[in-house]
Amino acid sequence: MRITLKLYATLSDYLPVEARKDNRLMLEVAPGATVHQVVRPYGLPEKLVHLVLINGVFVPPSQRATQPLREGDTLAIWPPIAGG
Amino acid sequence: MGWARKILRVNLTNGTCTAEPLNMEWASQYLGQRGLATKYLIAEIDPRIDPLSPDNKIIWATGPLTGTMASTGGRYSVITKGPLTGAIACSNSGGYFGAELKMAGWDMIIFEGASPKPVYLYVSDDKVELRDASHLWGKTVWETEETIKKTHQDPQIRVSSIGRAGENKVLFACIVNDLHRAAGRSGVGAVAGSKNLKAIAVRGTLGTGGIANPREFMKVTYEKKKILAENAVTGQGLPKYGTQVLMNVINEIGALPTRNHRDVQFESASRISAEAMHEKRPSDGKSHLVTNQACFGCTIACGRISEIDKNHFTVVNNPKYWGASGGLEYEAAWALGAANGVGDLEALQYANLVCNEDGMDPISFGATVGAAMELYELGLLKEADIGIKAPFGSAEALARMAEMTARSEGFGKLLGLGSKRLCEKYGHPELSMSVKGQEFPAYDSRGIQGMGLTYATSNRGACHLRSYTVASEVLGIPVKTDPLTTEGKPGLVKAFQDATAVFDSSGLCIFTSFAWSLADIQPQIQAACEGDWSMEKIEVMGERIWNLERQFNLAAGFTRKDDDLPPRLKTEPARTGPAKGLVSGIDKMLPEYYEIRGWTPEGVPTPETVSRLGL
Repeated sequence: MRITLKLYATLSDYLPVEARKDNRLMLEVAPGATVHQVVRPYGLPEKLVHLVLINGVFVPPSQRATQPLREGDTLAIWPPIAGG
Repeated sequence: MGWARKILRVNLTNGTCTAEPLNMEWASQYLGQRGLATKYLIAEIDPRIDPLSPDNKIIWATGPLTGTMASTGGRYSVITKGPLTGAIACSNSGGYFGAELKMAGWDMIIFEGASPKPVYLYVSDDKVELRDASHLWGKTVWETEETIKKTHQDPQIRVSSIGRAGENKVLFACIVNDLHRAAGRSGVGAVAGSKNLKAIAVRGTLGTGGIANPREFMKVTYEKKKILAENAVTGQGLPKYGTQVLMNVINEIGALPTRNHRDVQFESASRISAEAMHEKRPSDGKSHLVTNQACFGCTIACGRISEIDKNHFTVVNNPKYWGASGGLEYEAAWALGAANGVGDLEALQYANLVCNEDGMDPISFGATVGAAMELYELGLLKEADIGIKAPFGSAEALARMAEMTARSEGFGKLLGLGSKRLCEKYGHPELSMSVKGQEFPAYDSRGIQGMGLTYATSNRGACHLRSYTVASEVLGIPVKTDPLTTEGKPGLVKAFQDATAVFDSSGLCIFTSFAWSLADIQPQIQAACEGDWSMEKIEVMGERIWNLERQFNLAAGFTRKDDDLPPRLKTEPARTGPAKGLVSGIDKMLPEYYEIRGWTPEGVPTPETVSRLGL
């Protein structure tokens, strides 16, 4: 199935060069893949995988190894950040 | 003592400057800066006065940790009755001015009356004098600072001044120091302008002495700086990306107000984000962002310094804007961008520079442009009224409206009244996205429910810096809560409001709260200040300050009906994103909030609450 992976802030360094400008990558992943399974190949440091959203909705750490993604989902991840 | 124990009272009508001892009894109850200056203001003015009359007073106030070695200890606030809202106004600024004022030996300066001619106050330690500012009137903030430094032959002078917006009483005019740090909201600059007060110029060489327990203060401030340095947000995220890193986050969660809150997601958000500021431009191969910058004593350094594209239509013939300068920060980028549907990063920076240069709050200005663009789209405002076509998304209209508002030219005079008065004039007050007359900042309360209650109950009108529940609802600081529900939000908002009042009264920056809790600033206050500053005491103090401000607003004529959101947020559901189908649950949250506050169903502190807080 196809999903969109978005990596922002310092995590964009882990995207292929051609994907960094838009912070996004279209991916073909196995049906039912989890957040952990999707990001593992990119070698993201675990402590930097902080704010995880699927279609804009927060995924708690406890569900990142179990919650399956669905066709067309957008997975967006940020390191610890804040603003105001 | 963290205080200088001395205040300066300047009567602008008579031209007199008088030193007074700081009221230490009040200092023991309200600490400094926001809390203490509010206490002074309320004791000295009638809440029902016209904010732009000589009867109003305006106070520049530091906190006990301003000018010390505590991290971020460089803050000051400007407190007055705000002309945009008619409510209490308290606007906080960083940079270096606050620390300089403290090092000149002053906790605060109270201005009263109005000068018959333009003046600026020159402070050099104990030496203070009102000086003629006729030659500065009509000049920008940037020109004013440069001229004053040349006049006194002292490049180390720090200047806090108004630009032409303040002189022209633009109702969201701000007070700017160090070129691009500002006491930004509620129109404090217009109050200074109404008094013919152009600037304060300060040189302080006395240092900040009198720390109650110097050894303990050095130890505890060192320990707390380590926390900031080791925290991923304050040690890495904010220095590298600044507040602008939020643009894509808030868009992704569907809470980025777009086109005057018609939408909650902006299709061009990524083009005006922190990540975009790091990208190299095709036109000149340079990135927008040049570096980050810290205020006095700050070990976070979140500030953005950028260089606009010299080839951009806004500045191609205007080299004065070509150098590196302040911005964009998230709030300005949102208000000048998404709020108007403008996705041109360089145009946003140009409008931001105009705001800095002439002293305008970019939040209220940008949001007012958004309202004007909606009126234009609805056919209620015509090109002939404005002088330019102004559909959503027009970078040209944004740039032109910034110029005309800053200079009060043509339609800019109307824009300078803010969105509430503008929309009322054209028969559609409901199109003003504001509370108590002050425009919303960058979070949509349909997608972040706690922020709706934050805006509705903020004592200075819609504001994110009175209880930044975004930290919890979106970013998980200190704990993650669900942004789409109202449950638990009244208690969360109250907790944030009370704690923020303490931060704002100490001299420290609220951004430390991403890593510090009250338990981290309490020992710093205790080491700096004589007397008891236990956790119990400062927690009650935060609540006391909030209720004090509330009492002022009630006496000024505000009622429960003013604690409300525009109908759009209560009746027009979000059209996309996670909040799709949702409206604000403000009507559900407000009664519970009043109850938790110890207020009556009409929003008035009960006698028991007033007594408990020692008000």
